[in-house]
Amino acid sequence: MREKSILIAGVGGQGTLLASMILGQMAMDAGLDVKLSEVHGMAQRGGSVVTYAKFGEKVYSPVIEKGGADILLAFEMLEAERWIPYLKKEGHLLASTQKILPMPVITGAEKYPEGIETKITALYKDALFVDALALAREAGSAKAVNCVMLGVLAKKMDFDKSAWTDAIKKVVKPKFLELNIKAFELGYSI
Amino acid sequence: MKQILLGNEAFARGAYEAGVRVATAYPGTPSTEITENIAKYKEVYAEWSPNEKVALEVAIGASIGGARALCCMKHVGLNVAADPLFTVAYTGVNGGLAVIVADDPGMHSSQNEQDSRCYARAAHVPMLEPSSSMEAKEFMLHAFELSEKFDTPVLVRSSTRVSHSRGLVDIEDREEVSLKEYRKDVKKYVMMPGMARGRHVAVEKRENDLEAFAETFELNSMEMGDTRIGVITSGIAYTYVKEALPGASVLKLGMVHPLPKKLIADFAGRVDKLYIIEELEPFFEEQILAMGIPCEGKALFTRQGEYSVNMIREKISGGKAAFNTTEDLPQRPPVLCAGCPHRGVFYILNKMKLAVMGDIGCYTLGALPPLSSMDAVVCMGASIGMTMGMEKARGRETAVKTVAVIGDSTFIHSGITGLIDMAYNSGTATVLILDNSTTGMTGHQNHPGTGKDICGSPAPRLDLELLCRAVGVKHVTVADPFDLKGLEKILKEETQREALSVVIVRRACLLLDSKDIKPPVTIKECKNCGLCLKLGCPALIKGDTEVLVDETLCTGCGLCIKVCPHGAIHARKADGKS
Repeated sequence: MREKSILIAGVGGQGTLLASMILGQMAMDAGLDVKLSEVHGMAQRGGSVVTYAKFGEKVYSPVIEKGGADILLAFEMLEAERWIPYLKKEGHLLASTQKILPMPVITGAEKYPEGIETKITALYKDALFVDALALAREAGSAKAVNCVMLGVLAKKMDFDKSAWTDAIKKVVKPKFLELNIKAFELGYSI
Repeated sequence: MKQILLGNEAFARGAYEAGVRVATAYPGTPSTEITENIAKYKEVYAEWSPNEKVALEVAIGASIGGARALCCMKHVGLNVAADPLFTVAYTGVNGGLAVIVADDPGMHSSQNEQDSRCYARAAHVPMLEPSSSMEAKEFMLHAFELSEKFDTPVLVRSSTRVSHSRGLVDIEDREEVSLKEYRKDVKKYVMMPGMARGRHVAVEKRENDLEAFAETFELNSMEMGDTRIGVITSGIAYTYVKEALPGASVLKLGMVHPLPKKLIADFAGRVDKLYIIEELEPFFEEQILAMGIPCEGKALFTRQGEYSVNMIREKISGGKAAFNTTEDLPQRPPVLCAGCPHRGVFYILNKMKLAVMGDIGCYTLGALPPLSSMDAVVCMGASIGMTMGMEKARGRETAVKTVAVIGDSTFIHSGITGLIDMAYNSGTATVLILDNSTTGMTGHQNHPGTGKDICGSPAPRLDLELLCRAVGVKHVTVADPFDLKGLEKILKEETQREALSVVIVRRACLLLDSKDIKPPVTIKECKNCGLCLKLGCPALIKGDTEVLVDETLCTGCGLCIKVCPHGAIHARKADGKS
């Protein structure tokens, strides 16, 4: 299989890292080379956070660059728009419709952009927008947005569904497993 | 067995497999997880040291004592540990000694982007540089072998992208390396002038031997392809080169100091055009130019920030990446968390219009709007010295309007000596120690003030109040950052006082214990005056006619209740009723 690059964008605390680790586990179990990349330190404090997942026969750089992602998986609308330059022109975008206001908007210095969905759809006709927050709450916790979105992603990719759930079982702590599997299923059944 | 490991986990695994017995560090992004992970191996003694200098000294002692020892730090940490480094370069080792230093090109979480390779050259010690998790593990095994073979400390350079990316790693068993015999050897280990002169001779000989060794060292490898383009590179830049120029010939340097001159000349002779692709300083380039070999590097590539596949492709083969652009979007800068105990401090400092000499930690975020209450930040511990300097430059009038703000972990790291200076040389300004009972920014590591060791086991607790008094501070007060009125009153008194005073502002980081989180506040009949928004709390949102509460973020800390002049914000009881 050719190399796949998946960029996961969100806000610090939304669990982009866990999502990329599940992806990585699944790709490794499928016998592929894997590189994941993440952000630590200052940017974690509620900032814009991105993790990269790349897999294929041989992966060198762990970084996804502008025009490099096959798929942009966004957990927040403003972040979906922010990372568009990193998505290939022929790439696919999957976004949670959740909005988390950044500090300049909170203080009133700037406005949260309007019509993001329309702008994105103009560039990517098959872009998919999901109310992942509602589905995560249905699964039992607002924090499970990441696994809902993984379910949405799984539907678009070639791996067996069981490969995804196996990877979730390996990566997620037992205490949160049931919640995350449920969230994944809800995303998958969209 | 293969596992996906974070680069830093792989460094820890490599050191573990190499039989390391002692591992020391002070936390610092992007190096922290190396030590967090090595502490999980019961065969290894691991510690958080108060700072990198102490960490290296402990590791040196362990090495002299015959154990394989590891010391880890971020790039600026090596500045702190530079003093022992330059002289352990003279003494050499007994048990193998490796020092991992993690650079941060692009400054993801740092105050500068210095290139640690320059230290290897300046201190005359070899340096290895892996490019992936797999290599991070393998290079550690080499590092300890080289250290013992050549009687030298070995630097291992990482970078943010190597430390914080994950990749497949072959997991192998630990090789138990027994303690070497300890023999008193004054000429080797007591570095006073007479002995050090002798060791300097040994250092030069060693560097020549290492240079000869580098010529055939397996970590320096030629990957010949199309000979029209040749690239000399190392570390993470190697991975970018392989993607940007898949057909090109590459000389990958796994050992970045000393350089294999013959190998480089050989490679240069085989290619038409030689490029040097290295992030930050022209470290290889200048040495290769000095060898009389024409090459191109910094004329094309910047000294600033991280490189990328796109950048290399664009500069060398001319292709531009295709992508869609977006309009200017609101930035999402990092913020102090909702419920952060630092918030109240900066709210008051801003209100009192004080000049604030700041320091390194989460609380550096107090510099950003709307709190906007920090005037200068330089390095770990500098807040106190800078406050003293401001006072001595501008006099008492400035001292009453200037405070130092430093975290508990940073104070222990390198603020104590600054405080001793203020006490000794009659400084009268005020020092605030923001004691949140952890090393926050790097992800909650224990330190001597937390009463717990690296494994979370009970440890003697450094008493900040007693320490401040012991160095000569007569006025030491403890304040609660959630008690805004009380804090403001104390700060007014202490800044006016014609003597040095320390205010320990104490409340644990909210992320340490979720039990401290209370139900979200409610807002009724908001007058939309906006005063609460000056707290810069991410849970308070400016609406068109009223301020709204983000209930998923609010921790019920109640600061906004105290700030609201209209009594419109209310605590909610645990049963959810307001």
